[in-house]
Amino acid sequence: MKLLLEHAHVEGIRYYDTYRKHGGYRSVEKAFKMTPDEIVEEVKKSGLRGRGGAGFPTGMKWSFLAKPEGVPRHLVCNADESEPGTFKDRYLMEFLPHLLIEGLIVSSFALGSHATYIYIRGEYAWIVDILEQAIAEAKNNGWLGKNILNTGFDCEIYVQRGGGAYICGEETALIESLEGKRGNPRIKPPFPAIQGVWMRPTVVNNVETLAAVVPIINNGGEEYAKIGVGRSTGTKLLSVCGNVKKPGIYEIDMTQSVEEFIFSDEYCGGIANGKRLKACIPGGSSVPILPANLLLKTAKGETRYMNYESLSDGGFATGSMMGSGGFIVMDEDQCVVRHTMTLARFYNHESCGQCSPCREGTGWMYKILKNIEYGKGKLSDIDLLWDIQRKIEGNTICPLGDAAAWPVAAAIRHFRDEFEWHVNNPDEAQNRNFGLAHYADPIHIPAGA
Amino acid sequence: MSEQTPKFKVTIDNITVEVAPGTTILNAARMIGGDVTPPAMCYYSKLEGSGGKCRTCLVEVSKGSEKDPRPMPKLVASCRTTVMDGMEVKNITSDKVLDARKGVVEMLLVNHPLDCPVCDQAGECHLQDLSYEHGASTTRYEFDRRTFEKEDLGDYISLHMTRCILCYRCVYTAEQLTQKREHGVLDRGDHAAISTLLGKSLDNEFIGNVIDVCPVGALTDKTFRFKNRVWFTKPVDAHCDCKTCGGKARLWMRGDEVYRVTARKDQWGEVEEWICNDCRFHKKSAKDWVIEGPSKISRHSVISQGHYVGVKKQPVLIDKVIGKDPKMLLDIHSVSDVNRPEVELSKIAGPAHSDDFKNTGK
Repeated sequence: MKLLLEHAHVEGIRYYDTYRKHGGYRSVEKAFKMTPDEIVEEVKKSGLRGRGGAGFPTGMKWSFLAKPEGVPRHLVCNADESEPGTFKDRYLMEFLPHLLIEGLIVSSFALGSHATYIYIRGEYAWIVDILEQAIAEAKNNGWLGKNILNTGFDCEIYVQRGGGAYICGEETALIESLEGKRGNPRIKPPFPAIQGVWMRPTVVNNVETLAAVVPIINNGGEEYAKIGVGRSTGTKLLSVCGNVKKPGIYEIDMTQSVEEFIFSDEYCGGIANGKRLKACIPGGSSVPILPANLLLKTAKGETRYMNYESLSDGGFATGSMMGSGGFIVMDEDQCVVRHTMTLARFYNHESCGQCSPCREGTGWMYKILKNIEYGKGKLSDIDLLWDIQRKIEGNTICPLGDAAAWPVAAAIRHFRDEFEWHVNNPDEAQNRNFGLAHYADPIHIPAGA
Repeated sequence: MSEQTPKFKVTIDNITVEVAPGTTILNAARMIGGDVTPPAMCYYSKLEGSGGKCRTCLVEVSKGSEKDPRPMPKLVASCRTTVMDGMEVKNITSDKVLDARKGVVEMLLVNHPLDCPVCDQAGECHLQDLSYEHGASTTRYEFDRRTFEKEDLGDYISLHMTRCILCYRCVYTAEQLTQKREHGVLDRGDHAAISTLLGKSLDNEFIGNVIDVCPVGALTDKTFRFKNRVWFTKPVDAHCDCKTCGGKARLWMRGDEVYRVTARKDQWGEVEEWICNDCRFHKKSAKDWVIEGPSKISRHSVISQGHYVGVKKQPVLIDKVIGKDPKMLLDIHSVSDVNRPEVELSKIAGPAHSDDFKNTGK
């Protein structure tokens, strides 16, 4: 099922003429015949959930937008995709820039935003050019600017480059950065829907979310809601990386089981080099890692599917999250300790330093993990790590603290004996850069568990 | 139209208080006072936008409001969360809060040099108080603490970045008190640092106030540097005729020498009135000031050591203890002559003994 990537492989789809020929900008024509409230209603009906990670229903987010008289409102597209393992937005913007622009125009109309911003991470330097070219093309063809399609609706889209900070993907930090300030997350409330960019009501949405508005308007919200299962409606882009035969971007309708997704030739094509599956991070670096046995089956022994509900089945004890769709697969040779250390280093580096548990805790966790990885750890360090992550989680201003704590917590929860092995066999842990392989064998879970 | 503004009832640790809408939980707790008040390292009621950063004031909201009684899922920063009518807050009655606070204090101390013996702030340091009250007695941190390059901020203010807890108070002070903010936070994460761009010095005439707002010894007074310990100097309220500021200050004296001038601080350690650099750094003679009298210092402060002014001991209610009305303890001579009235009781050294009354001839 392909909605977003339907025409991704058409040559020249990056350019306006080809895009238009393949049905581009139909949704704008259709949307301008509707009222803004009808569009919001349609998005609500579609059950679209934010694709940036948290999975908050987009229609609901839009309806929270305050609409005070005489105050401009803004739509901001969050293209600061910095989560390790996630690169779906990059693909969308690089190959289908007009899809994003189209979604932005429709969403801007629905929300009444006359100045819409794309905040893009600094490392995506070449994509800025692609987007700006696409915006210029759209403007030349009358889809942007003053009085679009003679409806009296004005809209401009501006691309703003970030400095490449992970924290600026958090919506309030993004807003601060967009305003030209230091990218520190704001303390909520007030939420951006009330006071966002320049204290004006603002909606911040992920690239994929805004692109998904296009098929929703084209096909109707109810049609869109029929795709997928339960509350996971529509299609989701997954960026697969790690030890699979075919890493890349896949669009799924969330009905596949995890096993099918990893092993079928249609998707990842199985683990590379004939190795066995050890663990997987299903939704970008900040969601909990799952060992193979819990990944393919839930703790109840049911098949786990690639959707929001099924992936989070069992909570953090035995489940994970859909997150932003960065699917990281690890084979039997990968070392969870080293992997966790890499993530801890990342979060230590990217912490904004505003609130104390995250600022000091992430660095502390990294140092301890480094000790364990390099054979200087103690068994008590594992408990200490657990305690530190517990004290960071939930006590910080923004979710970065949680994002730093969860991978460490999950790694200890599911792979504690690998940590212990590292501590007890420091020399061996130095010589071979991988841990224990027995996680690759799905552990039998009794039916009653 | 009713003159009465609606008041919100909020219950903090089972103590109910009525506050105006828009009050934060922390300020409501300050109205109650005592142990119920969460500690605050970064919040400063005089600085707009401050707070929410240190996370020491985390509290548990066990009931959101009368309308929406759901508890809040996470601990919230009480300094930035406004009260709702019927809100129930747990501070010291919540184990979760105490545990989290202990964690925060530990985090704050992870990279703090703990150089209190050579720190000018020692004795009036909020981090000292905080770790004494809420922290653990040992550290579990076994790594080198982060250090910074030394930076010169001019003639008056000395910056010890290693001690900084990044409360951002000085940044807000400079932003809101002066026309041009010259320092800010550079870098991010645990290497974030208070700094000026390209080594500028801080020379605004009100910039000295950053010393007062700094909860730790990161920003200290160069004119007072290593001159004395704060608990050896006696705080005295004084005022002067200053054109720039209100001139209401606190002098820290030893004998009749003025060692240091600061703004007056209230019971929460917050400046009551900002003072200018001239008053702070240059008027270092008692002649410059009209002295009003000794400052009131909380008896919990180390500064009040040796002179417990205004300390009133709670009377022990003996009747409650022994369960009956006690006989008044009077001078025994006024009720009986048995013990020879000519013996001066006060002359007897130590507890009176029967010998004291027998051998009066001596």
